[in-house]
Amino acid sequence: MDQLDWIITVGKCALIAFILLQVVPLMVWVERRGSALMQNRLGPNRLGPLGLFQGIADAVKMLFKEDRIPGHVHALYYKLAPVVCLVPAFMTFAVIPFGSQITVGERVLNFQVADLNVGLLYVFSIASLGVYGIIMAGWSSNNKYALLGSLRSSAQMISYELSLGLSVIGILMIFSSVKLGDIARQQGEILLQLGPISIPKWGIFVQPLGFLIFMTSIFAETNRLPFDLPEGESEIVAGYHLEYGTMQFGLFMMAEYINMTVGAAMITTLYFGGWQLLPGMSAIHAHLGDLLALSDMAREWVRVGLEITSFTLKVVFFLWFFVWVRWTVPRFRYDQVMDLGWKVMLPLSLVNIFVTGVLIYYKVI
Amino acid sequence: MLVKSKPGLFQRFYVVEILKGLAITMRKFFFGKTVTIQYPEERREYSDRFRGMHYIKSVNGVENCTACMLCPTVCPAECIHIEAGERPDKEKYPVKFEIDSLRCCFCGMCEEACPKDAIKLSNIYEMSQTSREVYDKKFLMEQRGHK
Amino acid sequence: MNISPFFFYLFAGSAIAFALLTVLKKNPVASAFSLILVFFSFAGIYALLGAHLVAAMQVLVYAGAIMVLFIFVIMLLNADTPSFDMGRSHRLLRWGSAVLGLALFATFVWVFKNSAALGTKGAFTPVAIEAAGGNTQVLSELMFSEYILPFELTSVLLLAAIVGAVAIAKRGKKRVGHAG
Repeated sequence: MDQLDWIITVGKCALIAFILLQVVPLMVWVERRGSALMQNRLGPNRLGPLGLFQGIADAVKMLFKEDRIPGHVHALYYKLAPVVCLVPAFMTFAVIPFGSQITVGERVLNFQVADLNVGLLYVFSIASLGVYGIIMAGWSSNNKYALLGSLRSSAQMISYELSLGLSVIGILMIFSSVKLGDIARQQGEILLQLGPISIPKWGIFVQPLGFLIFMTSIFAETNRLPFDLPEGESEIVAGYHLEYGTMQFGLFMMAEYINMTVGAAMITTLYFGGWQLLPGMSAIHAHLGDLLALSDMAREWVRVGLEITSFTLKVVFFLWFFVWVRWTVPRFRYDQVMDLGWKVMLPLSLVNIFVTGVLIYYKVI
Repeated sequence: MLVKSKPGLFQRFYVVEILKGLAITMRKFFFGKTVTIQYPEERREYSDRFRGMHYIKSVNGVENCTACMLCPTVCPAECIHIEAGERPDKEKYPVKFEIDSLRCCFCGMCEEACPKDAIKLSNIYEMSQTSREVYDKKFLMEQRGHK
Repeated sequence: MNISPFFFYLFAGSAIAFALLTVLKKNPVASAFSLILVFFSFAGIYALLGAHLVAAMQVLVYAGAIMVLFIFVIMLLNADTPSFDMGRSHRLLRWGSAVLGLALFATFVWVFKNSAALGTKGAFTPVAIEAAGGNTQVLSELMFSEYILPFELTSVLLLAAIVGAVAIAKRGKKRVGHAG
């Protein structure tokens, strides 16, 4: 590693952290406007065009509020909890590829911070730590509702981590790699050729059941609405962040939205081809190259640009999907969550592994 | 009586049902008509019988009130305070007429009790203040934008 | 793989410090949080040794899953500080445990001093692992070919534990049913 490599790596980290931070106010705006329109309301529309700057106003408000700590909390853990919640959310994005690679001179530029050997396992291991922030917050708040929230959160985490882990085993079996870069690359292959339409080997086409289980578990892991029992504002007030105010509460909010982004990026990478071009984009690439008479190098850059665009579009769709589902499906009852996790998702994911194994053995996939 | 319909096998496979729900919210998102009234610019139409801020009706600058004390008597919240006095042009008139709107429950009984049609409730509903002052006679005599 | 001494001492030091905190903290939840950090330090040491898979598994299984379960149980039982205060133990017990602890430590030191295998390298050098396609591949291949029998036997053991847990849970339920 020479100096330039270091600079590139640090630059990528900074870029991703920056983008993830920008996602938060944008998503808060999307969430509020989207929910409003679905409920025949208007939502925030005063500040900036279409109310787009509402997030900034909220952040400013939170930053300038008095940072007060209630007298009955465990101060150290109380202060630590939002940070513990936020840090794993950022760390997970390190292994997600948002573009393929480009060769500049002798240097191969990867659009991924680190293509770890343990790729997917790293994501799961870091993602499983996010729950400690919630547990710590609920416990240190010394409040019965907060404690209930964190209890629910830990139970839910254990239940859905299993089906989450087992549902991607099918993907690992088919692409025989845990490196997310490899998985994304292999999804560019063509699965079926139906006349002019070619169906790529995206995860959703080879693992439809696995996709459903994975998606449901991701919803449970990010505590989004059908599974937002740790928060459950109509049952346990606000759950684990009940005692928090100011930017400490803001950090929980940020962690939720960044977790959502990581979840959307994971769904994209594993089941929707990651940075693989959206249908029709390769044609655009070819035409654009011919039209502007670009050099080979410029064509490469256009390709990378289109790849990052496709990745972003897919992630944006799934972020929207998170919001969309939230305002459609009501919250589960607690026992229903447990039943779904242990009696439906877990057996289904095992069946999925078995079926995938049989299909691979008979060389169908 | 709670009637529970037992979901069929197809319905219990929630995916299709959830997709139907998603279609409904999406339809609302794109084609739903928003019913929000954008408050400072748009206002809700209230009926004329709406009981809002009080005012004292006057004819040619002379208040209708004769300080008969019926309204403070009938007022359940005891928020009206009147001191009667005499004046060359009027046998009895209110020297002081104060309404503590923080106590008022806007029941409209004063309006009904008044024999002279003097105290009335307008349909002004923006009554926020930065101080706890009571409405004095001068304030009540001005009929702020009310017909 | 060049192990940076600085990071080794950092992780080793934090492991020992947090292990001490785990034992010394009165509050059970605080102990559990310290234990998580111990696991983390271990994962750091594994990663320094080039065993990324073991490090990831350490975090995923121990720090991620098992400790969540631990904390869940602690919070569910609402084990507060006083209930864990067992009072002063018998003097003989205290001295006995100190002696036994020291004896255990001495045994470890003796074993490590006299171990013949210390410092010898097996077939799986970092270079060989890199050539075979990385940590995950090598470990999985070994686990599912050469060591398939012990691997499967372990799963049978776990299955027995699960069946046992279910049996105990079922029996408890029946008793409650009779009482009601």
